[in-house]
Amino acid sequence: MKLIMAIIKPFKLDEVREALSALGVAGMTVSEVKGFGRQKGQTEIYRGAEYSTNMVPKIKVEVVCDDALAPRVVEAVQQAANSGAIGDGKIFVLDVGQAIRIRTGETGETAL
Amino acid sequence: MTPFKTFCGAAGALGLSLFAALPAWAQEVAAEAAPAVPNPGNNAWMMTATILVLLMILPGLALFYGGLTRSKNMIATMTQIGAVAALAMIIWVMYGYGLAFGPEGNSIISWGKFFLAGITPDSTAATFTDEVISEYVFVSFQMTFAAITIALVLGGLVERMKFSAIMVFAIVWLTIVYFPVAHMVWEARGVFFVMGALDFAGGTVVHINAGVSALVAALILGKRKGYPSEPMPPHSLTLTMVGTGLLWVGWFGFNAGSALEANGSAALAMINTFVATASAGLFWMITERVMGHKGSALGFCSGIIAGLVAVTPAAGNSGPFGAIILGAVSSIVCYFFVAKVKPALGYDDSLDAFGIHGVGGIVGAIGTAVVFAPSLGGPGGEDYAMGGQLVTQITAVLATIAIAAVGTAIAMYIAKALTGLRVSKEVEQEGLDLGEHGERAYN
Repeated sequence: MKLIMAIIKPFKLDEVREALSALGVAGMTVSEVKGFGRQKGQTEIYRGAEYSTNMVPKIKVEVVCDDALAPRVVEAVQQAANSGAIGDGKIFVLDVGQAIRIRTGETGETAL
Repeated sequence: MTPFKTFCGAAGALGLSLFAALPAWAQEVAAEAAPAVPNPGNNAWMMTATILVLLMILPGLALFYGGLTRSKNMIATMTQIGAVAALAMIIWVMYGYGLAFGPEGNSIISWGKFFLAGITPDSTAATFTDEVISEYVFVSFQMTFAAITIALVLGGLVERMKFSAIMVFAIVWLTIVYFPVAHMVWEARGVFFVMGALDFAGGTVVHINAGVSALVAALILGKRKGYPSEPMPPHSLTLTMVGTGLLWVGWFGFNAGSALEANGSAALAMINTFVATASAGLFWMITERVMGHKGSALGFCSGIIAGLVAVTPAAGNSGPFGAIILGAVSSIVCYFFVAKVKPALGYDDSLDAFGIHGVGGIVGAIGTAVVFAPSLGGPGGEDYAMGGQLVTQITAVLATIAIAAVGTAIAMYIAKALTGLRVSKEVEQEGLDLGEHGERAYN
């Protein structure tokens, strides 16, 4: 099993969700996060006083799927979240040791 | 009556007729001459206008200033505004009204009618025509002006001054600065009134006075910890926008109410309070664009206040198109002051009480001499001499600045001696909400 963690632009969330649903991904976790990478922060100005904020708001999408599906999930996210501009985000793929469905106690891929 | 005397100060002729209302012998004379009875329409409008000025303070100014502070100082900012306004009301009926509009006096100060002695529901105050309004209404209307002026000063002092220090400062400042200046500008014997200074609704008494006092007090108090290196963005521009709206609505009581009657002069003040403000709100945003920034919500709100301040002395002293120009000029000048001059000088007038009320007030007071001219659509007579009026306006502005600066310094040092002035570094770091009031604005 793989955990695919994608940091994307907030306005791309709907497209990513649709692309993953089309692949048959059964669920995902989404959080609002802040961070920075190559895209620098924004400048805010209040009556001429400038403040630069280093952190840019992003959406973190987390999906766990079986190993076979993982490359297609990565590809779908990469295409759906791509706007061609700096700040489109990153995708990380991690190994998952175990998955358990809390209600039934099922484990492994059947728990996904 | 010269044309501009007609619109001069709020209290103008009324000092004279109030005279008649007080001593017993005068009442007898008045009874023989069938005393003037307030027109219910005028009385009703002035009661409404008075409450509109209260709307400017709580909730208007409290939300406007509160939204601009950091969330840890929200409750403190709003509580300070409410408390000094309430204090001003109590002092006003004890001795403030007597010092500003009392029956005895000279060109600097008056006295008498302390604790409202002799005023009854039948007492009347003159307007600028032969009409009268109930004296209790006039006392209340002027009371709200004292209350908002001291509240405006707090814009330079928030986020670091002890609550006790603010209350002491307020008592001294109202006594030695506000009451004498109100007398000098609005009472028939007052030095600026006699000079013929044009100040329809209080550009000098309220805005220049409050703005200059805020600057001097902020210099004595010192900068907020971390200013200007630490970011101190407004915690809620939403609430600031709500406060701005309430200030604008309430300002119709302030400006149109200063006609003291529901008449054509009030109508002129009303339309000017619409259009000068609209122009100023837009011109601040235009200035931001020209300077290469985005047109901002805070810029729009700041422009609205700059326009309201500038049109205050001009409300009944300008045509609508003169007011539009006055609002635009005030907005542009105030923008450069708060965005360029203030950072260059490095002082911490936290919410720009001087940058907007002081600077906008000066633009308005001097500009009133220009827009008053009949050639620009103003209500001045054919024989209106702009040059002479400009000198009068500038003299009144400079004198107000001097009185406000000296009086504020005295009041601040008295407050410092009695209370220590500033909160501890720990309280300032944690926020005045918890440190001074034991509450949080948001839980």
